[in-house]
Amino acid sequence: MTCPLPLASCLLPFVFCLLPFESRADELVLWHAYIGGEEEALAEWSRGYAAENAGTTIRLLRVPSEAMTQKLASAVPRGHGPDIFIWAHEQVGAWADAGLLRPMPAEVERAAAGIHLRGTVNPLVYRGALWGLPLAFKSVALFRNTDLAATPPQTTDEMIGVAAGLTDHAAGRFGLAYEAGAFYYQAAWLHGFGGGVRNPDGTLGVSSIQNARALAFAADLVARGIVPADADGALVAELFTTGRAAMAIQGPWFLPAARRSGVPYAISPLPEVLATGLPARPFLTVEAAFVSARARLPEAALAAAADLAGPTSARLRALRGGQPVTARAAWNDPSVAADQDLAAFRAQLARSVPMPNEPRMRALWEPAAGALRAVLRGDVDAGTALQEADRRFRIFTRPAPPASDPLPYAAALGIAMLAGAAMLARRARRVRLLPRMRASRHAYLYLLPAGLGVVVLLTVPFVVGAAVSLTAHRGGEFSFVGLRNFVEILASRDFGLTEPENFYRTLGVTVLWTVLNVGLHLAIGVALALLLKDPWLRLRGIYRVLLILPWAVPNYITALIWKGMFHRQLGAVNAVLGWFGVEPVGWFDRFSTAFAANLATNVWLGFPFMMVVTLGALQAIPRDIEEAAAIDGAGPWMRFRRLTLPAILPALAPATVLGCVWTFNMFNVIYLVSGGNPEGRTEILISQAYRWAFSRQEQYGYAAAYAVLIFGILLAFDLAARRWTAREAAGT
Amino acid sequence: MRPSAARVIVTHAALIAATLVTLYPVLWVVRTALSPGGGLSLSASPVPREATLDNFADVVGTTGAGGEWLFGRQLLNSIVVASAATLVGLVLSATAAYAFSRFRFPGREGGMRFLLVTQMFPGVVMAIPLYILLDRLGLLDSLTGLVLVYATTTLPFCIWMLKGWFDTLPREIEEAALIDGASRRVYFVRIVLPLSRPALVVTGLFSFMSAWNEFILASTFLGREEVFTLPVLLHRYVGAQHTDWPRFAAGAIIVSIPIMALFLALQRHLVGGLTAGSVKG
Repeated sequence: MTCPLPLASCLLPFVFCLLPFESRADELVLWHAYIGGEEEALAEWSRGYAAENAGTTIRLLRVPSEAMTQKLASAVPRGHGPDIFIWAHEQVGAWADAGLLRPMPAEVERAAAGIHLRGTVNPLVYRGALWGLPLAFKSVALFRNTDLAATPPQTTDEMIGVAAGLTDHAAGRFGLAYEAGAFYYQAAWLHGFGGGVRNPDGTLGVSSIQNARALAFAADLVARGIVPADADGALVAELFTTGRAAMAIQGPWFLPAARRSGVPYAISPLPEVLATGLPARPFLTVEAAFVSARARLPEAALAAAADLAGPTSARLRALRGGQPVTARAAWNDPSVAADQDLAAFRAQLARSVPMPNEPRMRALWEPAAGALRAVLRGDVDAGTALQEADRRFRIFTRPAPPASDPLPYAAALGIAMLAGAAMLARRARRVRLLPRMRASRHAYLYLLPAGLGVVVLLTVPFVVGAAVSLTAHRGGEFSFVGLRNFVEILASRDFGLTEPENFYRTLGVTVLWTVLNVGLHLAIGVALALLLKDPWLRLRGIYRVLLILPWAVPNYITALIWKGMFHRQLGAVNAVLGWFGVEPVGWFDRFSTAFAANLATNVWLGFPFMMVVTLGALQAIPRDIEEAAAIDGAGPWMRFRRLTLPAILPALAPATVLGCVWTFNMFNVIYLVSGGNPEGRTEILISQAYRWAFSRQEQYGYAAAYAVLIFGILLAFDLAARRWTAREAAGT
Repeated sequence: MRPSAARVIVTHAALIAATLVTLYPVLWVVRTALSPGGGLSLSASPVPREATLDNFADVVGTTGAGGEWLFGRQLLNSIVVASAATLVGLVLSATAAYAFSRFRFPGREGGMRFLLVTQMFPGVVMAIPLYILLDRLGLLDSLTGLVLVYATTTLPFCIWMLKGWFDTLPREIEEAALIDGASRRVYFVRIVLPLSRPALVVTGLFSFMSAWNEFILASTFLGREEVFTLPVLLHRYVGAQHTDWPRFAAGAIIVSIPIMALFLALQRHLVGGLTAGSVKG
C-alpha cells in the first residue's frame, strides 16, 4: 500500500488540534467576560503591562458570562483556574467561603481607600477582609431622549408628568422604559421609598411597608401604561434607540448602543421620590480583579491586579472601554473629566446602594422577582406578596439538616451488595453463565470499546453525581445527611400542594408537559409524513429539508427567538392575533398561556424527529398493497387504521419512549422561553433541580436528590411501558 | 395511480402552510442578523427594514488578544471536534450495534436496556463529576477529552439506530459469506458496513450535530481561547446584562450553515436511514 501523503498532511492539523497544551510557567492567566470596548481596553493594558514588566506575560481568556461562575467553581479548586479573574462583587461572599479567593494583604487594603472612589472598596470587603481590587462601578441611571425630554426630572412626580405627556400608545411610544419585571431595576424605587433588601436587624429580607409602597408605585407606572409591561433589556434598548421611549433606565452597558443609534440623549441620576424626599438609589455593582487562591504566581498576580486597578489602566478603560472606573486619579484626566456620560454615572454612584455580597443574597432574587411580578399583574397586594417572598427566601436559605452517621448506610449498602453478588453468583451457576460467556467472547470484544465509553464517561459521572444526593451542601462544604433530602422532597412539608416548588405539583406539570408534547410531536410528525410520502408529490425533497430545519439550528438559539415571538407588545404571535381582533396577551403572566408558549416552542423543535421516523417506516409498506386496498374500496381512515398504523407502530414505539425521556428532561426550552414564569409555575422537575443547584444557595445535594428521583420516575415509566407492550404483543 | 387535482392542491396547501410556520422563526433569526442596530427588533414581519452584512463580518473577523484570527481557529476546532467525535462514535456504535444484532450472548437484553437507561440520566448532576474525571485522566483543556465525551453521549442513540438497521439486513448473505470462508471481521467491514451506508450517514449526522452545537461542556472544560469551539465564541455576545442580538443571530446562522448544508447533501439518505431499520425492533 502506498503511503497516502496528501491524506497525512490533511490529518496533521487535526492531530495538532487534539494535542494537549502546556501552560507556560511565567504566564499569568486572566479570565474575564468583557466584550467590545472593555475587552479592547483590557487587551491593550495587558500588552502594555507585558512590555513594562519583562518576563511577565498575561494571557487573557474571554469566558462566556453564563459559564463563568460554574467554570470557576470547577476549575479553581483543582488548580486549573486563572491567576486573576474579573467579575462583579456580588459573588465575593460565596467565593470567599468556598476558598476560591486570596485575600488582599493588609497594606494593599489600607492603600485601596486612597486610590479608589468612595463607596467602591467596601462592597469587596467580606468577613473583615478585602477580597478584590475594584476596577469599575456599574449602576443604572436615567437616559433621556433630549428631543423629547429636554431637562432631567428632579422628582418622581416630575418624571411621571413628563413621561405621561410623552406616552403615545398609537405611535408605540412610552414615556419611560425599563425592565419593570426585574427586581434589580426596581431596587432603586425600594431604596427611594426608604426600604431595601435588609430588615432593621441587618438580615436580608424584603417585607416592609416601604417596599410595599415602592412596589405599588412601580405597579402604578405599568398600570397607567407609562412603562411597558414585561419589557426585557432588548425591548428597552429597541424602544429607546428608535425614539419610541422618551426616557429609559439603563446602565453603562447600554452606552455603545445609545451612541450608535444617533438618538440625542443625556444621562442624569434617577430622580428623588417625592413622597419621601429620598433619592431613588439603584443597586451598585463593583467589578473587581480577584486573585485566585490557587494562583501559580501569587505575588506576580497581585502586582498585575494592582496595576490593572491603578490609574493608568483606569484611564485606558474609561476612554477605550467607556467604563465608569473606580480609580480617582483617572478622573483628573481632561478627556475622562469631559465625558458627560461617565460623569452622570459618577453622580449616580453617590446615590446608590451596594448590592449585598453575602452568599444568601443570591437566593433572594427569585422570591423577590416573583413578588414583584405578581404585584405588577395586580394579582395580589404588595404587602402580602413581599411577606410571601420572605417566607420562600427563608426556606431557600434554611440551614443544612444535621449530619447523619454514614455507618448504618455504609453497612446497609455493603449487605445489599453482598446479597446481590451472592444472588448473581447462584443464578450464574444455575444458568451456566460462565461457559456461555466464554463462548461468546467475540461479542464482548465488539462491545468492549463502546461499553467502556458508556461506563466511564456516562455511568460513573452519574453515579458520583447521584451519590451527592446523600449530602447537604452549604458554603462550599458537604455534610452527609443520608436520605434526608429525599424525605424532605417527598414529604414536601415546606411547600403546599398549590405552590410551584412542591414536588408533586412540579411532577404533575412535567407529566402534562411530556404527554402533550409527545402527543403533538406524534400527531404532527405522522400527519406531515403521510402528506410527504406520495411519490407523485413535486418538490418533495425541498419540503422535507425545510421541515427538518428546526432540528438543525441549535435549540438554545431558536428557544430565545420563540421567547421574543411571545413578547406582549412587540412579539409576532400577538401581532398575528391582533389581525383577528384579539387583545394582546401577556403570555408569561398566566400558567396556561406560559405553558402553551413553552409547548409551542418544543412542539416546533420536536416534530421533525417523529416525521423522519415515520417517513422511514412508511417506506416499508409496499405500494401495491395500499393501492389494492384503495381499489377494494377501503376509505382513507380505514386504510390508515388497518394498514399504515400497524406498519409504522413498531418504529414509533421506541421513538416515543425516547421522545418521552428527552422531553421529560427538556431543560433548555423551559429555562429559556418561560424561565419558569409565572413565579416558577411552569417549572418542570429538571429545571427545578437546576434552580436548587444554582440559584438557591447551591444546594447540590437537594438538586441531586431531585435528579435521582427524575431518574427513578423515568425508569418506572420504561418498565411500565415494556409491560404494556409485552401484554399487547401477547394479546394479539 | 394518479391523484385527483383537488388532492394535489390540498396537499400542497397543507405542506406550504406547515413550511411557513416552520420557517418563520428561522427567517426571524436572519432578519435580526441583517439588522444594523445593537438591539433586538421585535415585529411580525420577517423582512428587514434595512440590511447589512456587518454583523457577519464582525463575527467572522473575531480576533484574539494577540491579533490572531480566532474565528478561523475556533472553526477549525469545531470541525475537528465534531468530525472526530462522529468518527469515534460511529466506530464504537457500529461495532457494538453489530454485536447486539448478530450475537446471542448473556447480557444482551440487559445491555440494550441499559443503553436506554443512560438516556434518563439528568445532565444537571453530571457536569462536575465529569470535570473531575477528565481532570484525573489528564484530558481537561484538550479537545481529545471533549471528543470522547461527545462521542459517548450520543453512543446509546446511535447503537439503537444502527442495531435496528443491522437487524433488517438479510442473514442469508451473512451465512453465505461465512460459509465461503470469510471471517466475521471481513464480513462486517466489507459487507455489513457498505450495506448500511444510509444508517451510518444518519447516525453520523446526529453525532456531528450534537457535537457541533454543544456549548455548556465545551465552555466548562476548555480553558484556552485557541481550543474553544464555535458555540463558545457565539456565546460571547450574550452578556450578563446585555445581549448583542444581531451578532448573536449572525453567529447562529454561521454556526448552522454547515449543518444545513450537510442536511441538504444527505437528505436522500436521511429518511431511509433513520428508521427503516427499527421497523423490526
